[in-house]
Amino acid sequence: MTGARTSLGSVRIAEAPLATSEVFLAMLRRDLRVARRELPFFLLRTALQPLMLMVVFGFLLPRMGMMPKAYKATLLPGVLALSITLSAIQSIALPMVAQFGFSREIEDRLLAPIPTHLVALELVVAATLQGILAGLFVLPCGRLIMGPIPGLALSNAAQILSVMTLGAATFSALGLFIGCAIKPEQIGLMFSTIIGPMIFFGCTYYPWTGLATVPALKYAVLVNPLVYVAEGMRGALTPGVPHMDLFVVTLALLALMLILWHVGLRAFMKRAIG
Amino acid sequence: MSAIIEMRRLRKVYSAPAGGSRARKSLPGGARTSPPRGACVSGGIAALDSLDLQVEEGEFFGLLGPNGAGKTTTIGILTTRVRATSGEAFVAGANVATQDVEVRRRIGVVPQRPNPDRGLNVLENLVFHGAYFGLSTSEAHRRAMDLLEQFEIADRAHAKVDNLSGGQQQRLMIARALLHGPQVLFLDEPTVGLDPQARLSFWGVLRRLHGEGRTIVMTTHYMHEADELCDRLAIIDRGKLLALDTPARLVARAPGATLIDLFVEGDSSAAAERCRTIDGISQVDSVSGELRAYSTRGGELIPALIRAAEAAGCRVENINLSKPSLETLFISLTGRKLD
Repeated sequence: MTGARTSLGSVRIAEAPLATSEVFLAMLRRDLRVARRELPFFLLRTALQPLMLMVVFGFLLPRMGMMPKAYKATLLPGVLALSITLSAIQSIALPMVAQFGFSREIEDRLLAPIPTHLVALELVVAATLQGILAGLFVLPCGRLIMGPIPGLALSNAAQILSVMTLGAATFSALGLFIGCAIKPEQIGLMFSTIIGPMIFFGCTYYPWTGLATVPALKYAVLVNPLVYVAEGMRGALTPGVPHMDLFVVTLALLALMLILWHVGLRAFMKRAIG
Repeated sequence: MSAIIEMRRLRKVYSAPAGGSRARKSLPGGARTSPPRGACVSGGIAALDSLDLQVEEGEFFGLLGPNGAGKTTTIGILTTRVRATSGEAFVAGANVATQDVEVRRRIGVVPQRPNPDRGLNVLENLVFHGAYFGLSTSEAHRRAMDLLEQFEIADRAHAKVDNLSGGQQQRLMIARALLHGPQVLFLDEPTVGLDPQARLSFWGVLRRLHGEGRTIVMTTHYMHEADELCDRLAIIDRGKLLALDTPARLVARAPGATLIDLFVEGDSSAAAERCRTIDGISQVDSVSGELRAYSTRGGELIPALIRAAEAAGCRVENINLSKPSLETLFISLTGRKLD
């Protein structure tokens, strides 16, 4: 190490108030920097599966005549909901498992001069933005893969964005809970026991009203937040296909978001402060 | 001088049993953190048991104790990462429980195990850390490069942190802890895992920081490290303060003179009885197969001790000599070794 010619970082008695928003935005910048660096991997991780689904169900099967062309209008919003929610969950749950586990790298942010619950909020905001980004990437890709979608209403941009945001935020909060409450060795189990059933019973490939043929299932799936995102995307993007009322969707997503944020924050605080 | 850190009847009780995963994961510092092995009390394990301590401004203060003594819990409470069950603690005038944000503004923390942000490179680790503390990008960058140069890792500024050696990562950690100009620097077993050369180099940095008047609180279970660096030492075990003084005064309090450890096979308590009758032996403790005799005549009493042990039917298998030191003081205070 060099000789003691200069001071090793002088003491800075910073009594000037430090804006919490400034610290919050610095953390958000950090997350976006890391996300930007990993963008190709991020898109590959979150968009490949939905895109392949659209290739098979929205392009190949309709061309083979095994699926009506109108099905594309049901499929696109569902797959979009899937991309948004999976991306939001993964963007927060996987880093949390690693950062609270072996790497402990979240500690630098937990030792920053900001209330600890705002660190959790920042993580949720960053994951929400990544969920929306995934949706904005998959939407034009889906249109390109599947060709013209009957009744596609891109003019409902405000509604589309608001469902995307609510859906991404709800699933980011779920990701926060999963990332803080689940042990690293249980991650695989989580995908097969929670995420798998959630996708298949999340009205991604069929409209909710179609479940009327199995009434018990129709009401059981209402605990699944993905149902509201998929139905909301249908209401906003392809309003011609059967879908839930957007007002109901908004209320349900808001309620689920608040509940999941509450349990996610509790799990986070338990890990952050001993 | 005035107290910059004050702990009043600080107590931490973990609800999980000792060694339970809950207690372990809730402690900051990473994988090497040992589960608290404090006294069992109703409702859990007391990792800290009514600890009263003060650290003066500008002091290099050491917390010495074996793994699980409560050192990391103490640092955890003072750095706002662990909530005390009862008692109060103040750092740089702010209450750690009610003014945690203020406390965090005024402290820098070097963790037990390097925990750099692996999504960022070396320089970004420092610049973003500065941003968390309200430094402008240009100011954080200037300070970061200055510190990296002083710690001789400026050439690795744009490297991934995973590509740094253990010693370089630890220097990055101390650079990060200093970047925002904290009043108090906390180091939790900072030299665990460093090779001897890196450790000596790290000591040089700590001496410089201390020389510049920085308040430093360091936990360690290395006697030599505590002796070399600290102005004052608190020896703690099972969450309790056992001794508090300068290293020199603590050594002077070590009992007898030379500690002679005899590892024996046979009834060590019977052997202890006989050894106590030897002239020049001030104290003999018998601990499961081990005789600890304090000799005022150094090693010259070894033959007499061996004969006494053999006369009691024991076979001496190994002998170890230790001069009066923090280690011998610790053993006499706790009956245990510091490892």
